[in-house]
Amino acid sequence: MVSAMEIYQLLPREACKECGYTSCMALAVALLNREKKLEDCPSLLNPKYLEKFKKLKELLAPLEKASETGLIIHPEKCFGCGNCVVACPVNVAAEPTRCAVGLGPQGDRVILAVEDGVVKCMNIKECKRFGPNRVLCNACTVTCPSQAIEFV
Amino acid sequence: MVVCTGCSLLCEDIELVLKDGTISQAKNLCRKGHAHFQALFIERTRPMIDGREVSLDQAISKAAEILKSAKSPLFYGWSNSTLEAQAAGIDLARRLGATIDDTSSFCQGILMELVLTGKVPTCTLDDVRNFADTSVFWGADPSNSHPRHLSRFAYYPRGEKRQKSYEEERICIAVDVRKSATARLCSNYYFRVPPGQDAEFIESILAVLDGKIPRFGDKKRMIELGTVLRKTEYGVIFPGLGMVYSLQEKMDLLVRLVAKLNEITTFMVLPMVDHYNMRGFNQLLLDETGFINRVSFQGGTTVHGPEQSVMAAAKSCDAALVIGSDPLSALPFGTARALAKTSLIAIDPRRSLTTDAAKVVIPSAMYGLEAGGTSLRLDGVKIEFEPFFKSELLSDEQILAKIKEAI
Ligand code: SF4
Repeated sequence: MVSAMEIYQLLPREACKECGYTSCMALAVALLNREKKLEDCPSLLNPKYLEKFKKLKELLAPLEKASETGLIIHPEKCFGCGNCVVACPVNVAAEPTRCAVGLGPQGDRVILAVEDGVVKCMNIKECKRFGPNRVLCNACTVTCPSQAIEFV
Repeated sequence: MVVCTGCSLLCEDIELVLKDGTISQAKNLCRKGHAHFQALFIERTRPMIDGREVSLDQAISKAAEILKSAKSPLFYGWSNSTLEAQAAGIDLARRLGATIDDTSSFCQGILMELVLTGKVPTCTLDDVRNFADTSVFWGADPSNSHPRHLSRFAYYPRGEKRQKSYEEERICIAVDVRKSATARLCSNYYFRVPPGQDAEFIESILAVLDGKIPRFGDKKRMIELGTVLRKTEYGVIFPGLGMVYSLQEKMDLLVRLVAKLNEITTFMVLPMVDHYNMRGFNQLLLDETGFINRVSFQGGTTVHGPEQSVMAAAKSCDAALVIGSDPLSALPFGTARALAKTSLIAIDPRRSLTTDAAKVVIPSAMYGLEAGGTSLRLDGVKIEFEPFFKSELLSDEQILAKIKEAI
């Protein structure tokens, strides 16, 4: 997954503060968190940075697929083992008689469920990584045997 | 709810939606199970004799004719059939004086025998979920072979005594030749054992448990492993094919290790059987004959031994009935060639190398979707299932009954 440092190195690094941040590194982090767009950096739009702009666009493209919490699922890597479904604390709380004891969910209040052999993500707003009080829960990524789930 | 017959976990919480003759939605089915069920809709078998399509009745009478005139028929397969079909098969083999063997003969049979004859203690997967705090996957990679094993039983679910589950109360240990997908989840409890050196590894554990210095492997890591095993309250060893092929005739070492561990704490053994009802066949044959596989009923007697294994019998039989298995793809070339040369009868829902080479092909219904019955999960728990939808196709036991009737 792309890092803030990689983004930073491709920015013009003129420290013009036009984007509203005090440093270019802060903008790099904001880009990674998808709080800002490349177009928010006026210097980058200068034709002399066209190459860098193109590279950055490419680098940030995968982030566009991520959900609001930064969760990305790679279905082609998923085994459908359901480890994340059973480990996710929101799933466990939503279905204490099913997900908590290893069974697949039946209701529609869960975040993760296995469908057609691979994991699917829904109700993303319920994820602990969402909203102002978010916590950096990583139950679904550490339990995945095939790196099919990651956070940006 | 549908029961998945994709592996020996026989998951019972599957929800399917059937639309226009295919499965349009499958909930809770893992990738392996999904592929298993989707395969139903491609390359189905048709009744055939010598590569020509015939009616089902013609194929069945031809099969009966071949078996009737055979002097030493071989019955092989069985791990992908229900208990009802297996019982019918054993009965038919007895009547015809045939040799009967299943896939356990060249894979997990040796381990299964230890479990079924009580030489090592065992438990159910529900016990694993409720009580186990240490699971050892040895020469097995359930993330690939039994995808839902860790999420349903061994590591992630909360159980009666394991409410804090993998976060605090459970440990998974992987012993393997490579860092498998499962080993990646075991973080620092992965122990790499080079191929064929499991015996030395066991001896090292035994030494550590006796308070001696281990001779094999990294001493510090071995002592660490010994400490984890000692501290375990309820441990389960899940041996896979990797262990079987590595230990071979030194399987008594595993028995010694388990006995030693049970002097200290509780440790169970549950072989990682692959096919969904291999354990069922082994149990049925054991109850009937005292042996789990490799049995010949020739001349009205019951003989068991290496000569009755599929490897040997394939070369000496004059007809073979293969059910729900593809030995021509799976077995060594010599055995496969011998089988292909005999009068081969294949009963299978799907096309395979074996059905392609068979003299007679009889299409059957797929268990779980088109036919119901009873099977033994890998821990011996009986799972009953109904067909998901109605099919014209006959189940294995119905086909065997028809063959028996024709004979
Ligand atoms: S773990 Fe096995 S039984 Fe369960 S859904 Fe997957 S293939 Fe089917």
